[in-house]
Amino acid sequence: MDGYYGSYLLVAALLAIGVAIVTGALMVNRLLRPTRPTPDKLTSYECGVDPVGDGWAQSQVRYYVFIYLYVVFAVDAVFLFPWATVFDAPGYGLTTLVEMFVFLGFIALGILYAWRKRVLTWT
Amino acid sequence: MLDVVLHFAVILVIFLALPLIVGQTEHKVMAHMQSRLGPMYAGGFHGWAQLIADGVKFMQKEDVIPAAADRRVFMIAPGVALVPYLVVLIALPLDDGFVGVDLDVGLFFVLAVMGVGVLGSIMAGWASANKYSVLGGMRAAAQLVAYELPLVLAASSVAMAAGTLSLPGIVEAWQWWWLPWQAIGGVVFFVAGLAELRRPPFDMPIAESEIIMGPMTEYTGMRFALFMLSEYAGIVVVSFLTTVLFLGGWQGPLLPGWLWTLVKVFALAFVVIWVRVTFPRLREDQLQKLAWAGLVPLALLQLAITGVVRVAI
Repeated sequence: MDGYYGSYLLVAALLAIGVAIVTGALMVNRLLRPTRPTPDKLTSYECGVDPVGDGWAQSQVRYYVFIYLYVVFAVDAVFLFPWATVFDAPGYGLTTLVEMFVFLGFIALGILYAWRKRVLTWT
Repeated sequence: MLDVVLHFAVILVIFLALPLIVGQTEHKVMAHMQSRLGPMYAGGFHGWAQLIADGVKFMQKEDVIPAAADRRVFMIAPGVALVPYLVVLIALPLDDGFVGVDLDVGLFFVLAVMGVGVLGSIMAGWASANKYSVLGGMRAAAQLVAYELPLVLAASSVAMAAGTLSLPGIVEAWQWWWLPWQAIGGVVFFVAGLAELRRPPFDMPIAESEIIMGPMTEYTGMRFALFMLSEYAGIVVVSFLTTVLFLGGWQGPLLPGWLWTLVKVFALAFVVIWVRVTFPRLREDQLQKLAWAGLVPLALLQLAITGVVRVAI
């Protein structure tokens, strides 16, 4: 159980235990529950009236701009983690600090752009 | 080997017992904040067995899967929502030297796995083939992308301060003056964590008075119970993670370390409940504005403060 892969073996074991807990709970449920499906019971819930049209109804997706914002910044942020552990190591210091402000500037500029494009106000 | 079994046993106790305790605390604390009594009957003493009774009831409920639903995805969605919160616990240190696995990229691992939990809601929302559920699932997705960035930025500020991504390493490096130093990051992280859990006031993906529990509209019985359990396990995990990153985990005078960790976790869980009772629900665009125009700039400010202080000393 040692070494790099050893520690992730334990993670995999815990994942297996988690899956077993969920499966076990559902199995117990299967043993104890009644099963009497009727066509009415299996219709989609729409506050008591018969469902209108398809459940996967067409709707306006207003969130795609946020997804763009997120993808851009998340890719940036991933590089932050390896940098964070070494940025004050001997020999870096001021240089990496300046680099950090450049990074912060990029993200701040992106948000400023989104703000000016008025994606944060809907009404 | 015995060590591993002990760690797993402790993780399972934390995973299965703490959410129930937090849930029962929520019943009672909410009730008293609203001048009610809350559950009083089950178990005799102040309704202590209410959630156990709920569990027994869920166990016997019929499992209804709508005819229109995407069956397989619908069936596994509660598991996808719940299991990540168990897996995350393996990297969180309870006491000095007491951690399931000391992963050297622990912080990264924890944030990555926690993000998977939200997929459960999105899967449930889409697979239900119900209009409310689709709306709820989309809101859950929008909320995830809004809050992941401040969460990651605030967490990396702590990684900068400690110079490591290992969670036990972060707690070891922690000192009391990190409290004011990392205060902004701590608040940003906790608020973003609440939003990731879809807890009030950030609960518009499940807004029961508006879109009828969103992704969970069509769920019944055990699968619904698993979603509920994942919500409370999420409270425990987010409180635990905030404790480890910002409040010094096991560090504290007099009491043993594991007790300090638990005290801090429960204090934060109490705040989660308190916030729920206090604030009204935000609208989805208000949430996006709070995230992008409020929390992200604050997290960037915290990064700047951390960097300058760290290089200066």
